Amino acid sequence: MAKIRGAVVVDVEACKGCSVCVVACPSQVLDLAKEVNGKGYNYSYMKNPEACIGCENCAIVCPDGVITVYKVKVA
Amino acid sequence: MAEITLKDIIKEENLVYKRSKIMTNKTLSYCPGCGHGTAHQIIAHTIQDMGIQEQTIGVSPVGCSVLMYDFLDLDIQQAAHGRAPAVATAIKRLMPDKFVFTYQGDGDLAAIGTAETIHACNRGENITIVFINNGIYGMTGGQMAPTTLAGMPTSTSPYGRDTSMMGNPLKITELLAMLPGTYYVTRQAVHTPRAVRQTKKAIRKAFENQKLNRGVSFVEIVSNCNSGWKLPPVKANEWMVENMFPFYPLGDMKVDGELVNK
Repeated sequence: MAKIRGAVVVDVEACKGCSVCVVACPSQVLDLAKEVNGKGYNYSYMKNPEACIGCENCAIVCPDGVITVYKVKVA
Repeated sequence: MAEITLKDIIKEENLVYKRSKIMTNKTLSYCPGCGHGTAHQIIAHTIQDMGIQEQTIGVSPVGCSVLMYDFLDLDIQQAAHGRAPAVATAIKRLMPDKFVFTYQGDGDLAAIGTAETIHACNRGENITIVFINNGIYGMTGGQMAPTTLAGMPTSTSPYGRDTSMMGNPLKITELLAMLPGTYYVTRQAVHTPRAVRQTKKAIRKAFENQKLNRGVSFVEIVSNCNSGWKLPPVKANEWMVENMFPFYPLGDMKVDGELVNK
């Protein structure tokens, strides 16, 4: 069975750390970082990148559109 | 099998989702987790998918989304408080081949702009109205709005809305569905991925309907106002599901000019 691997890229400086994406992720990939960005928000990052399936859920609920999603099929 | 690294995945050819080109690079002025941002992304993606950026004219309201013209790379006219449907009427009548939409909050559409909204819907203007309902005046500091739920605390009703003194919450979307001028009336939300996908379908339909020239397409989006509700974003969404949705149930009210029986 083909496996799907995904990855997200968060625009760290534009992220406002609302954590809506963290809740929306079905495979618990995302979490808020302990560090803050230039505005003082704890930005979102891939805590568990192996689990990402590239489902876009985090990106479509992101109010600020800071998430870009990539997906690849692994044979 | 060789281990696949993030570098192998993050390549242009594997891209599946990115911010719409119609969104400008400006940082949205909304609070973290605000549904306005999600609604903007949906509208931008819909317009991009339809390829109608050049033919779309938006009307921005007064409220948190007053700066919409800064965030969407479209032709946008800012209207006086509540008068967006009237301005959109004029634009659409002068340029009937353009896609015209208004984007309004509940303080704009359901309070000061009630008359304009009802009359534009009753005349059956061929426009799309996107209505963001968070049950509060968000921009000015969380005052009670006509859509505020019974018992809901706000800065001007700190002990909760007392309906015997302050009146009942207004279900304006149900009211508009009764008017013969509306062609498509629906209520959606943007708090979960599923809700966002459904809202996107609804907004797409609302824009497509303008090609038919049958009347107003009205999309209400029940949204959060975490600053006004004094809750963190995720908690605000949970509060919305528990309290807003029983009073403002999601779903289509009128499709293709026919009321949906529930």
